[in-house]
Parts: sequence; C-alpha cells; structure tokens
Amino acid sequence: MEIQEFINCFAAQFDDTDPEIFKAETKFREIEEWSSLTTLAIIAMVDDEYKVKIKGDDIRNAQSIEDLYNIVKSRM
Amino acid sequence: MFNPFSIEGKAIFITGASSGIGRATAIECSKMGALLMISGRNPVALQETFDQLEGNGHVQILADLVDAQAVANIVDQLSALDGIVHCAGFTLTTPFQFVNERDLSAVMQVNFMAPTLISQALIKKKKLNKGASIVFISSVSGVYCSSVGGSMYSASKGAINGLVKGMALDLASKGIRVNCVNPGMIDTNIFSEGIITQEQLNEDKKRYPLNRYGKPEEVAYAIIYLLSDATKWITGSNLLIDGGYTLL
Repeated sequence: MEIQEFINCFAAQFDDTDPEIFKAETKFREIEEWSSLTTLAIIAMVDDEYKVKIKGDDIRNAQSIEDLYNIVKSRM
Repeated sequence: MFNPFSIEGKAIFITGASSGIGRATAIECSKMGALLMISGRNPVALQETFDQLEGNGHVQILADLVDAQAVANIVDQLSALDGIVHCAGFTLTTPFQFVNERDLSAVMQVNFMAPTLISQALIKKKKLNKGASIVFISSVSGVYCSSVGGSMYSASKGAINGLVKGMALDLASKGIRVNCVNPGMIDTNIFSEGIITQEQLNEDKKRYPLNRYGKPEEVAYAIIYLLSDATKWITGSNLLIDGGYTLL
C-alpha cells in the first residue's frame, strides 16, 4: 500500500477542498470541510478500499494523514 | 387494586431479548407478572436475561431469526400468545455513498424482514389470542428524522412504520392490535463497534431537551402500555419516546 494512493482516497472524501492541500503531513482535522460525516466517510473508505476496520477513536488519535495511514497499514 | 395497565398472566414473545431494549422489556414484563418466551442469538447473554426474570414458567429460545428454518421452529414451539415484541435489531453507520447490497440486505433482513415474517407465520398458524397486541420497535430515525450515516437504518425503521399501519388494518378484524414505539437514542450497546466515539455520543446527548439519552426500561414501559388492555382501542400508532429530541 502506497501512501500517495491512501492520500488520494482520503482526498476523494472531500467535495469543497482543494485536492492540492492533501499531503502526508496535512493535519486533516484543521481542514474547514472536516465534519462528523467526513469521519464516517473515512472509516467507510478504509473498510472498502483496505478491508481494515478503524474506529472513531483511531481518527481522533491521529493528527496527520500519515498517522492514519500508519494505523491502517499496521492492521493490514 | 384497579389497574388497567396490567399485563399479568399475558403470554408474551420477545425477540432480541439478550440485550438492550429487548432485555429490559423482558425483565420489566416479568416483574409485572407476564409469562415470557424470549429469544436471542447469544446463549450467554440470553441466559443472563433469563436469570433476571421474575416468576416461573418462562421459556428461552436460542435462535437467529434471520434463518427461515429457525423461524419455522420457533413458530411451532409458540402458542396462545397475547403479545409479541420485536426488539431484535442493529445499525450500521455508513455514509450513503458507501452503502452496498450486502450491508443493506443485512440491515433490512434483521430489522424489517425477520419481524415481518415471524409475525406473518404466527398469525397464519393462529398462534395469537384474540385481543393480542404486536409491538414493533421503530425509531425516531426514518420516521421523524435521521442521522449522518444512518440511511440504511432509517430505511429499515421507516419500513417498519409503514408495515405497522398496513398490518393494523388487516388484523383489526381478528382483534389483534399492531403498534410501534419510536425511541430516540437509548443507552444500549448499539454503537459499541466504536465508529461513533464516546465523545461524539456525549456531545449528541446535549441535543436532547431532557438532557440525556433514554433508558431501556423507559422504552419497556411504553411497550408494556401497548401490550396492556389499556390500549385496546389503539392500533396502527407510533408512540414517540425521545426526551423531546424531535421538537427542535
């Protein structure tokens, strides 16, 4: 699993945010469009694309997209 | 003492009795002198409920109601019921763009198809006494409102709501009443899989005018009301139990 592919999947859950801002180090909870619905979309995307179950608390404990990528990767 | 809300001596079948609203309903009904048949999938949890029932003569039936054969077996075991309470149910929190056939089928199967078909089979086999009361657990979700990621659950509960009205009409001539209760969020383990965090739940609680989630027994009391003869002239109705949630 490549981090760039994960970032692309992550970015695809947003509708009004410039895709350019999504980098490994992006603090995703600071993105204006971030909401409870995007949290659910990320959980569902990870389940769908990577067959990994993550919880709301996993997202809460991650700061950057890379943090979340590492959590997903560790469970594959 | 005069008590029109009594369910003493009534034979009541409760599904989903191993936890949450089903467990509380079973326990409260037993305290009020009903004779219970409870079903659930988890033997340990079902036994825990069974051990908490007051009185004698209750029966527990281990079964997965999604299985048609299991339903047929249960229907054969039951007889002369005065009430059915369909509590088995679950939710999947999924944004609509991730809804898929497998998940949708699973939610509809447990929350809608199974209670429908069990009711149908019990009625066809004339296992319900005249004056019997059937109670479904619908929700505020799918009837009055929904929640993010809740489209499949809402659909299943909305379907129950429609079913209740049609069933109520068709069964009125048999003297059988059909109603549902529509709870807001109740303190059960329905979100135990952790997709919704405890922090989010704590925040959500504040949106309830009565300032907390409901307790399972508070839904049980409404169910008992609908099972009792006090509601002999109530059929096809929704009983909202939501701490004022849908007022806002």
